[in-house]
Amino acid sequence: MSVAPPKVLLAMHVNGADVECAFSPSKTLLEVVREDLGLTGTKHGCEMGHCGACTVLVDGVPVLSCLELAVEAEGREVTTVEGLARGAEMHPVQAAFAECGAAQCGYCTPGFLMSAAALLDGADGRTLTQPEIAEALAGNLCRCTGYTKIIEAVALANGRMAEQSRG
Amino acid sequence: MAERDLRTVSTATNPDIDAAGFTVDSAVSSIAIAAPATPAGKPEGFSVVGKSTPKVNAFAAVTGAAIFADDVVLPRMLHGKLLRSTKPHARLIKVDCSRALELPGVVAVATGADIPVRYGILPSSPDETVLAYDTVRYVGDPIAAVVADDELTAEEALDLIDVTYEPLPSIMTIDAALRDDLPQIHANPRRTNNVHKEVHLEFGDMGAGFADADRIFEDEYFFEGNTHAPMEEHSVVAAFGADSKLTIWASTQTPHYLHRIAAQVLEMPASRIRVIAPPVGGGFGGKTEPFAHELAAAYLSCKTGRPVKITLTRQEVFYAHRGRHPVKMRIKTGVKRDGTITACHLQTWLDGGAYGSYGVATTYYTGALSTVTYKIPAYKFDGCRVFTNKPPCGPKRGHGTTQPRFAFECHLDAIADALGIDAAEYRKRIAVDPHSTTVNGLRITSCGLRECIDAAAMRTDYAAKRARKQKGKGIGIAASTYLCGAGLPIYWNEMPHSGAIVKVDRGGGVTVYCGTSECGQGSEHMLAAIVAETLGIDVMDVRVCSGDTDLTPVDLGSYSSRVTFMAGNAARQAAARVRSQIADVAAAKLGIAVDRVGFALRRVFDVDKPENAINFLEAAQATEAKLGTIAGVGSYAPPPGIAGDFKGSGVGPSPAYSYSACVAEVDVDLETGAVTVEKITLAHDVGRAINPDSVEGQIEGGVYMGLGEALMEEQIFRAGEHKIPNLLDYKTPTILDMPPVESIIIETDDAEGPFGAKEAGQGPLNPVIPAIANAVADAIGARVYSTPVTPEKVLKALDAASGGVLRLRKPAPPATPREPVAP
Repeated sequence: MSVAPPKVLLAMHVNGADVECAFSPSKTLLEVVREDLGLTGTKHGCEMGHCGACTVLVDGVPVLSCLELAVEAEGREVTTVEGLARGAEMHPVQAAFAECGAAQCGYCTPGFLMSAAALLDGADGRTLTQPEIAEALAGNLCRCTGYTKIIEAVALANGRMAEQSRG
Repeated sequence: MAERDLRTVSTATNPDIDAAGFTVDSAVSSIAIAAPATPAGKPEGFSVVGKSTPKVNAFAAVTGAAIFADDVVLPRMLHGKLLRSTKPHARLIKVDCSRALELPGVVAVATGADIPVRYGILPSSPDETVLAYDTVRYVGDPIAAVVADDELTAEEALDLIDVTYEPLPSIMTIDAALRDDLPQIHANPRRTNNVHKEVHLEFGDMGAGFADADRIFEDEYFFEGNTHAPMEEHSVVAAFGADSKLTIWASTQTPHYLHRIAAQVLEMPASRIRVIAPPVGGGFGGKTEPFAHELAAAYLSCKTGRPVKITLTRQEVFYAHRGRHPVKMRIKTGVKRDGTITACHLQTWLDGGAYGSYGVATTYYTGALSTVTYKIPAYKFDGCRVFTNKPPCGPKRGHGTTQPRFAFECHLDAIADALGIDAAEYRKRIAVDPHSTTVNGLRITSCGLRECIDAAAMRTDYAAKRARKQKGKGIGIAASTYLCGAGLPIYWNEMPHSGAIVKVDRGGGVTVYCGTSECGQGSEHMLAAIVAETLGIDVMDVRVCSGDTDLTPVDLGSYSSRVTFMAGNAARQAAARVRSQIADVAAAKLGIAVDRVGFALRRVFDVDKPENAINFLEAAQATEAKLGTIAGVGSYAPPPGIAGDFKGSGVGPSPAYSYSACVAEVDVDLETGAVTVEKITLAHDVGRAINPDSVEGQIEGGVYMGLGEALMEEQIFRAGEHKIPNLLDYKTPTILDMPPVESIIIETDDAEGPFGAKEAGQGPLNPVIPAIANAVADAIGARVYSTPVTPEKVLKALDAASGGVLRLRKPAPPATPREPVAP
C-alpha cells in the first residue's frame, strides 16, 4: 500500500539494453534507476540538483537524474556508470580515475565519470584544455579530492583517447 | 627450480590481475633481477611501500560496483523517516502518532519513550536519547520515527504526527549560553548557565614567563562553525533476524562504537549485534558517532521483524552535523626580542550546539597541541564549551585543533611583524625539536617541521615574494601539527586499539581482516600494501576484509588520523607472524638459516643468493602442509609514557605527530574584497608515504577543505534555524574555485610507525586556513580576525586600517552643530 500514484509501464533503453519497467510516474529518473532497475552505481547527494552526484547521460548528454522525471526518459538512451565499460574493458576515463587516485571515497565518482565521459566522447580526439575540463565538471561537487586528481585523470583519458583515435 | 616454472606459476596464480590488464610490477615476471631483501623490521628496499599504484578498491569505485549503505536492499525492507523538531528549544508536551499509524502502508512508529536509554559517544556526556524524550533542543532534533512500506508513505505519515510544544527561550550564542538568567538546555544543578565543560590547565612558571618577556602580545580571534558535508548522505539498514540477531549496515567511520552503543541503547547483548561498515561516502569526522536514525532503524527492525532502511536527506545531514565548533579565542604570548616564546595563555570558548558529542575532547583539543608545534616553556589553557540550541558540534577534520591553529598562526605573524622577523624564519626558530617532550608532558618523536617550512618556502620563492609589498598581492605561511591517533580510547579499557588477522589461502592469496572503516582515506589500500610488503607479494594479491564486527578484530575507527599508524602496525605484526611461519619452512627447503630468508616479488629466497628461491605459493603450501592452517594475528596499542600525569592528560598524547607547512599565494581585489587563491603549496611530514599518490590525495583534499573553511564555508542561523541547510547556499569550493596545489611529501621515517609512516588525513588541512589569512593580511596590510575571510570582512579590515577614510565610510558628522534654518 502506498500513497504514490499508480504505476505506469514504460519501455526504456538503458545501458544499451531494452528494459520494461513499472513505476509510479511521480518517480524521478534517479529513483527508477536505483530502486526499480537496481543500478545503484548512480548516487544521490542532495536530490535538489545541487551536487551532480546523480549525473547520468540521456542521449549522450549529462542530466541530473534527481531533477528528471523517469517518464521523460521514454524512448531515450539512458547511460549510467554501469554502462560506461565495454564488456570487461573500462572506459578510458574509468581507468584513468583508478590510476590517478581521482576517486577517494568514490561516492561522487559515478557522477564525475558521466560528466567527463560526455565531454571526452564529444571531444572526438581533440585535446581539451584544463579550463574546458573544469567547466564541464563544475556542476559536480567532490569533498575528498580537491579536484586536482580528477582533472589529471580526465586529461590523461583525453590524451589516450586522442592517441587511439589517431590510430 | 627453473626460471620458466617460476614465471608460469607467478602468472597463473593471479588470473584476475592479468585478465584485467593491470600492470603489476614488470619485475614480477622477470625473476632474473635481484630482488630487494625487505627483511621484516628493516625498512629499506621496499617493493610495495612507497610506490604509487591504483588503490585496491579503486576499481569498484570507478565502475559503480562499490556498495554503500544506501545501496543495500533486502527483501521485505521497510523505509523509515524521522520527524524532527521545528522549534529550537521547547518542552515536548505530547507526541501523538495515532493518525500516522492509521495511514495505509505505515507499519510502526517509535517515540522517545520507546527507546529511553541515555547515551553519548563519550561516556562522560551521556546526554542524548534516540528520539527526544521530554525536550527538543534544536531545529532538527529527532522526535519520532516512522517505518512504512515505502519512503513516500513514511514521509507522508510524518505530517500526521501531532506534536504539542511548549516553547522555551532559545540560546543561540556563546554569550547567551554564559548568562545565568536563561533556561538550561541540559539540566545541571551544579551550574546556573549553559556551560557544558570547563578545562583549566597550567604548565611551567607562567608568572616568570611573562615577567621574562620583552614584549607581550594579545589578540582575539573567532573561528566560525562549518560542517563536513560529505557527498554521501548518512544511511543505515538494520535487519533483525528470526535468530534474534541484529545486523546493521551503516555509513559509519566507527563501527565499533556503533556496536557498543547499539547494545547499550537496545539493551541487547553485543554478541547478538553485528555492525558492518560498507564503504563510507566521505566522513571527515561527521560519521564518527552513533546517530538517531541508526539506532531508531535498529529498534524498529527489532520491533517489526523486518529490515529497515533510513537514509537522511541533505537537509537532515546539516542537522545531524557534529561539525566544526564555532570558537572564540584569546591568546596572550610573551616573547623575547628574538621571538623566543616565554609564556603563552590560550583561552577558548566553544559553541557546542545542543548535545555533548565529542565536545569534552574537542574542548581539550583546542588547547592540547599548541605546545607540540612550537617551544612554549610555560603554558596556560582555559577552555569552555557551552550548549546552544543548534545542531550539535563535534569532530571535523582537525578536531578542535583547527580553530586555535588559525588563531595562533595569525598571532605568530603579528609577533614576527612587530619584531621584524620573517614569518617563515620565525617559525623555524621556535619550532619544536624531534625527540623532545613538551611542557605539558607530550612525547614528540620524529618531527620534520623545519624541513616542511624550508621546502614550502623554497618552492614558492617565499622570501622574495614576501618582500615585494605589492598591494593586492599576498603570500602567507603557516605551520601545523596533528596526531597519528589518539593515545587513549574513547572509553577506558586496556585492550588494543587495533587488531588484524592475516590468513593465507592455498592459492597464494592473502586476506587481511581488520575492523577499519574505509571512508576514502585509503585504509584498504594501506592494509593491503603493508601486508604485501611484509610477505613480498603484490598488493593486488591481498584481499581486504574490513569494518565488520563479526568478521574482523576491533579497530576503534577512522578518526584522529589513527588508522595507518595503529591498524597499519597491527596488520604488519599479523603479517610478520605469517611471514615467520613461512620463513621457517622455506629456510629448511632452501637449506639456509632462517635469518637469511627474504620475501619479495612473490618469491621466498636466500637474501645472500637470490637465485636460490621458491615462489610464494610453493612456500605457503609447504608451510600449510607442515604447520597447518596459516594465519597470524596482530594488535597495536600505543606505548606507555607518552602523556603527562594530570587530569585531562588523556587528550593530546599520540604515538607520533605529523607536521605540515603551507604557503598560500593570493590576489585580493581591493575594490570588492574578493580573495582569489592563486596557489597553495603544502609540505607534509608523513613519516613515510605508503602510497605517495594517496598521500598527495589527502594533502590536496585537506587543502581543498581548508580553502573552503578559510573563504566561504559557514553554518549560520537565523531565528533559531539553520539558514542554509543545502549544498547550494552552504558554499563549498567547486572545481572552478580550486587553485593549483603543489604537494611536497617529507619523509622522516618514524621509528614506531608502520614502515615509518605517520598520518596525512587531517594534518594538512590545519595550516591552510591561517596561511590564506596571513596571505590576505600581507596583501591588504590589515588583518581579518575571523573565518571565513569574506569580501565584506576584507573591505571592513581595509577600512579600519585606513582609519575609516577608505570606504564603508559612515557619513561624517558635521564640523559644527548646524544652526536651525531661519524661516
